[in-house]
Amino acid sequence: MHRRLVCAVALTMATAAHAQDTKSEIEALKRRVEELENRAAAKPATNAFNPDISLILQGTAARASQNPDDYQITGFPPTGGEVAPPRRGFGLGESELVISSNIDPYFRGQLVAALSADNEVEVEEAFFQTLALGRGFTIKGGRFLSGIGYQNPIHQHAWDFQDAPLPYKAFLGGRLNDDGVQAKWIAPTDLLVELGVEAGRGRQFPGSDPNKNSAGLWSLFGHLGGDAGAGGAWRAGLSYLKTSPQERSFTDAGVPQSFTGDSKLWIADAVLKWAPQGNGSVTNLKLQGEYFRRTEDGSLTYAGVPGGYGSRQSGWYAQAVYQFMPRWRVGYRYDRLNHGAVSSDLTPVQAPLLLTDYNPTRNSVMLDWSPTEFSRLRLQLAQDKSRAGATDNQVLLQYIFSLGAHGAHVF
Amino acid sequence: MKALLVIALLAPLQAVANLNILACEPEWGALAKEIGGDKASIYVATTAMQDPHRVEARPSLMARARNADLMICTGAQLEIGWVPLLQSQSGNAKIQNGQPGYFEVTSVLSLLEKPSSVDRSQGDVHPAGNPHVHLDPRNLAKAGNALAQRMAALDAGQAPYYQSRSKDFEKRWTEATARWEQQAAPLKGMPVVVYHKDLSYLIAWLGMLEAGSLEPKPGIPPSTAHLADLLERLKQSPAKAVLRSAYNDPRPADWLAERAKIPAVVLPYTVGGTDRAKDLFGLYDDTIARLLAVTR
Repeated sequence: MHRRLVCAVALTMATAAHAQDTKSEIEALKRRVEELENRAAAKPATNAFNPDISLILQGTAARASQNPDDYQITGFPPTGGEVAPPRRGFGLGESELVISSNIDPYFRGQLVAALSADNEVEVEEAFFQTLALGRGFTIKGGRFLSGIGYQNPIHQHAWDFQDAPLPYKAFLGGRLNDDGVQAKWIAPTDLLVELGVEAGRGRQFPGSDPNKNSAGLWSLFGHLGGDAGAGGAWRAGLSYLKTSPQERSFTDAGVPQSFTGDSKLWIADAVLKWAPQGNGSVTNLKLQGEYFRRTEDGSLTYAGVPGGYGSRQSGWYAQAVYQFMPRWRVGYRYDRLNHGAVSSDLTPVQAPLLLTDYNPTRNSVMLDWSPTEFSRLRLQLAQDKSRAGATDNQVLLQYIFSLGAHGAHVF
Repeated sequence: MKALLVIALLAPLQAVANLNILACEPEWGALAKEIGGDKASIYVATTAMQDPHRVEARPSLMARARNADLMICTGAQLEIGWVPLLQSQSGNAKIQNGQPGYFEVTSVLSLLEKPSSVDRSQGDVHPAGNPHVHLDPRNLAKAGNALAQRMAALDAGQAPYYQSRSKDFEKRWTEATARWEQQAAPLKGMPVVVYHKDLSYLIAWLGMLEAGSLEPKPGIPPSTAHLADLLERLKQSPAKAVLRSAYNDPRPADWLAERAKIPAVVLPYTVGGTDRAKDLFGLYDDTIARLLAVTR
């Protein structure tokens, strides 16, 4: 009896000691696992400092009833920008290489190089932007897409239609990306109040790349924005652009002409996005519209002889894009330009492109399919009446693929 | 006149709270509330009905980012489509990477499902691992501690306040975790079908088994072919339920559940996903109650 008790006590003690051992062993193992986890987490990636790189591949297959090479917008001076519809048949779009990164705690930088189908490289954007000014201020410098309007700062591959709306083509040569500086300020309010000012060289239409010490192009823009209910978000803006082109030249009906004077452009824009409960995965809607108004005053040199010229012209577009089920979206866009009042010593026979009183319009519909956020295929149909007396019926198929770093798209 | 306008615009700023917090997702807003109490004014960027992958840097978020002293996000590239824009465009130096005012919760946690190699042919994979960390309560305990340290560093005057609230939260949370683990014991080994890989931490914590996902690959919407395939597989090795989060499209889950003759269960996923998920405690209470209902 006594011996049995001793045995039992000894056994219990042994078991307890064994349990103690196991427990401390587990504790030791836990610590080692934690150490390993920390070490694994702290291990720097070999290419950790490489900038984010992404590449956009685009292309089209197009049919058009008019020759895209003859494209012009009747009643509006040629912009020199890439505003013509894509070439007929198979066409390679711009391949965009985007490289961006924080430079240090104070700056970030971004380069967007567009490789065109005719084997040219165009610097679309190359800028630095401040990160550390605080108080709502940011300053950008270099070449960048101007903050005017709604669509202007959006890269082409993120547009909802393959091409730019007519007012962008007529008044900005597709889009404005000048060389210069931009200062932007966001007010300390819950409603978004954003103000910006830009000074640029005026290197492209509507500027004329003046060779002078001061800025050749000025712009101002302001935005208001907020939420509309649980599922909506809106933004409205007003922009102003002023430049004074010198001998901005073009050829109309075989005669060389050039404009010297002041060019002022106003843009009012608004966008509304909505999705049920703000969850756009299944369905969502985007409404967008912009109104442009331009005045130009100065002189028009016609075949070497200067004369008076003044114009008050406007244009607008409105579009709706609806995602009706995951991956699928439909869209409709209407754009229109108003020839307005143009005063000149010339006659429409002398300058048919500039002086024909004609209001270009266009209707476009599109259907696109995006298997993931990195790929998109689009069918777009348009009836384009940019040219007086010649309706251009266009059908195009487009692909847009995005490789590499995940892009963040502006609202 | 101009001065008046400026004053009028600045007036709403004079808030009583010490810290202006912008939380990327509801769970971090709720955690900040537990620790910050009435010293923190919190704005949550998304709701439980929104897919955190697919959010835009909309104007209201830009305005809130401008004024934030602290931005709390998940990280691990979950918010890669919108947070970088808020950082770079809002003109707020405090919320830049590496600043104390930008806190990525995944930076203090170890992540599951970290891929050994990444390629987009595998879907929208996250190189750093699965970012949906908040459905393991032990992660929230760690995150709460780290967050309290951040808040104490940013608002040193109130450091004891944040620390004591953090301790209190940790105590209540540890007790609750033990309770949930006990309640959820019957869920151990239960095979379930998920919609997206956003429940992995919950499944790992409770010892459930993932029998498949409605998405053929992460971020790729469910296709009929894949669902039919999954149904076929479920005939061989049946699952107990099809789980989906509140923000997921109900149709694919219902389709499969009906044909596999198992229940489709909606989980709140985050705070606000169901009526009962009013705070973090409610989120777990409701999640476990909904899962236990399957076993009965």
